[in-house]
Amino acid sequence: MAARARSAPLAALKNPRLQAIGLFVLAAILPLAVNNGGFTNFLTDAGAFVLLALGLNIVIGFAGLLDLGYAAFFAIGSYAFAMLSSPQFGIHVPFWAMLFLASGIAALFGILLGAPTLRLRGDYLAIVTLGFGEIVPQTFLNLSQWTGGPNGISSLDQPTFFGYRFGFQVLPYYYVMLALIALAIVVASNLRSSRLGRAWMAIREDELAAAHMGINTTTTKLAAFALGASFSGLAGVAYGAKLQLVSPDQFGFNVSVAVLSMLVLGGMGNIPGVILGSLVISSLDRLILPQLTNFLHDVVAPVFAGSAALHGFFSTIDLANSRFMIYGVILVVMMLFRPEGLLPSRQRAAELHAEDDDPTAAAQEQTMYNKAVT
Amino acid sequence: MPRLDVFLQQLINGLSLGGIYALIALGYTMVYGIIELINFAHGDVYTLGTFFSLATLSLLGVSGELHGLPLIGVALLTIFVSMLLCGLSGVIIERLAYRRLRNAPRLAPLITAIGMSFILENIMQYWKGPAPIPVPQFIPNPSFHIGSIDIAAKQILVILLAIVMMVALQLFIYNTRMGKAMRATAQDRDAAQLMGININTTIALTFLIGSALAGAAGFVSGVYYGSTYFFNGFAAGLKAFTAAVLGGIGNLAGAMLGGFLIGLVESMTTQFISDQWSNVVVFSVLVLVLIFRPSGLLGESVPSKV
Repeated sequence: MAARARSAPLAALKNPRLQAIGLFVLAAILPLAVNNGGFTNFLTDAGAFVLLALGLNIVIGFAGLLDLGYAAFFAIGSYAFAMLSSPQFGIHVPFWAMLFLASGIAALFGILLGAPTLRLRGDYLAIVTLGFGEIVPQTFLNLSQWTGGPNGISSLDQPTFFGYRFGFQVLPYYYVMLALIALAIVVASNLRSSRLGRAWMAIREDELAAAHMGINTTTTKLAAFALGASFSGLAGVAYGAKLQLVSPDQFGFNVSVAVLSMLVLGGMGNIPGVILGSLVISSLDRLILPQLTNFLHDVVAPVFAGSAALHGFFSTIDLANSRFMIYGVILVVMMLFRPEGLLPSRQRAAELHAEDDDPTAAAQEQTMYNKAVT
Repeated sequence: MPRLDVFLQQLINGLSLGGIYALIALGYTMVYGIIELINFAHGDVYTLGTFFSLATLSLLGVSGELHGLPLIGVALLTIFVSMLLCGLSGVIIERLAYRRLRNAPRLAPLITAIGMSFILENIMQYWKGPAPIPVPQFIPNPSFHIGSIDIAAKQILVILLAIVMMVALQLFIYNTRMGKAMRATAQDRDAAQLMGININTTIALTFLIGSALAGAAGFVSGVYYGSTYFFNGFAAGLKAFTAAVLGGIGNLAGAMLGGFLIGLVESMTTQFISDQWSNVVVFSVLVLVLIFRPSGLLGESVPSKV
C-alpha cells in the first residue's frame, strides 16, 4: 500500500488507516477552502467515477473478470432512481432508501447477466458484457413510454436529510458522494481480505487450481459481479440525484472504457491506485484539457498570428475531443510498459512481472521461447 | 406489396449487408484462429478502409458517376489502395500493440486492442471531423426488377465481392506454403516454430490479409451506403464479431455464413420489428450463441479453460 512508500518522521503517518482518515478530512475541507461552485461540481462528478472505479475494481481487479459493459449497471441504478423517485410514475421512494434499493437492483441484474455467462472464457465474457452494455442504454432509449426516450427523465426527487432539503446546491451531494466512497472503500478493503476476496484472487490467478482447492468458481464470480454492480447502483442514484436528470447517452461504451482506463492507469486490484487513477482521469477530462484548450486559443494562437494555417489550427482546436485518444493511449501504453499501474498492489505487480526475476517454470518457458524466436 | 415479396426484398438487402459483415468477420476469425485475440480494433480498420477509399477517390478527382474503362480502372485502383493501406495498418497495429503481449495474460492484449480502437477512432475524427461524410457515388447503380422486388447493382457487387474474396482466401490458405504455415501456427504455435516456420512473419501475414479484407469491406461499404462516419466501425465490428462467433470462430466458411446470417437478422428485424431494435437483437444473438453454442454453427468444440 501507499503507506510503505512514504517515509514520514511520525510513525502515525505510516498507518494507512490514519492516512485514509486524514485524506478524507482534507477532501471534506477542500470544496469549502476553494469555495467555487464549478470546482465542487467537478469534485462531485469525479466522486461518482471513483465509486464506479471501486466497483469495477472488484470485478476486474480482484476477480480478474473483464467487464466491458459496466456502465450498464450505472444506467440501471440511475434509471431505477429516476423511475421510482420522480413525478414520472408519481412514485416517490426516499433517496436514502433508493440507495439500498438501486444497488440491490443493480446487483440483481449483475446476477442475471452473470449466471449464464460466467462459465465463458475471459475474452468471450468481455464481449458478452460489452453487448449487454450496448443493449441496456439502447433499451432505455427505445422504451420511451416509460423512460422518456432520448430526453430521459428529469426533475428527480431531491433528497432531504433530517428535514434539510438539498435543493440545487452541489455541496450536500458532494458530502453524500464522499460518504458513499468511504463506505465503498471500507466494504472493498474488507472484502479483499475476506475469504471471498482471497477466493477471487485465487480464481484470477488460476481458475482451474482454485476450483481444485474447493472454491465454487461460479458463485464466487457471481458474487464479484453482483457486488461490483451494486457499487455502480449507488453511484447511479447519487449521480442522478445530483444531476436531477438521467438520459440514455450518459451510459455509453465510452463510460465503461473511461472507468477501465482509470483502473489500468491507477493499478488494477489496488484500492488507493484505483482512486488515484480515477482522480487523474477525471481531472484530465474536466480540468486540464479545457484549460489547455483555453491556453492554446488565448496564448498560443496569437503567437502564430502570421501563419493563417497554424493560427487557425490553434484557435479552433478543442482538446476535449481528444478524450478518446487519451483513454486509448493510456490503455495501450500502460498495458505494454506498466501493466500493474501507477500504484500497484504488490501481488499484482509480482504476478505480472513473473518472468523478470522469478526462476519458475513459466520464466524458463519464456526464455526457451525467446531463444527459439531469435 | 405482398408479404412474401417484402420478405424476398429483405432477403436481398440482408444478403448484401451480410456480404460486408462477412468480409469483416473473416479478419476477426483469422486473427482469433491464430493468436486467440479478439482484435477489437478490426472494426475501426474497416472504417479506415472507407476513409482510404475516400482519400483515393479525391486524389483521382472522382466526384460523379464513371463509365466504361475509367470506371473499372478507378474501382480496381481504389479497392487496391484501400486494401493495401488497411493491410499495412493491421500489421503496424499488431507490431505496436499485440506482439509484445503475446505471452502476457490473455486479457492484456484485449485491453490494448480496445485502446487501439479508441486511438483509431480519434484519428479518423481528427481527419474528417465528427459528422458523417458523403462518399462519391462513382459506380452506376441501375436496379433490376423481378416482380415487385428491386435488386440494385451495388447489392450484387457486394455479394459477389464477398464471395470472390472468400474463394481467393480459401485457395490461398489451403493451396500455398504460406497458407499451410498459417494453419500450422494456428494449430500449435510452438510446434510450428520447431518445424522452422517463422511465426512472427506468419502472424503479421494473417493481420495483413485480415485487415486487407476489412479494407475491401470498407471500400464496398462506402459504395453501398454512400457515406461514412468515424464511429461506424464500433457497431459494424461488433456485428461482424457476432458473425464470426455465430459461424464458429476460427472457421473461415463459418465467418462467411455468420456474416450473411447476421445481415439477414438485421434486415428482417428492421423490417418486421423496428429499426431501433436491430442492434439489440443482433447483440442478443451474440449473447445467446456464446451461452448456448460457443463453438458456433460450423466450429469444432472450443477448449473451455480460462
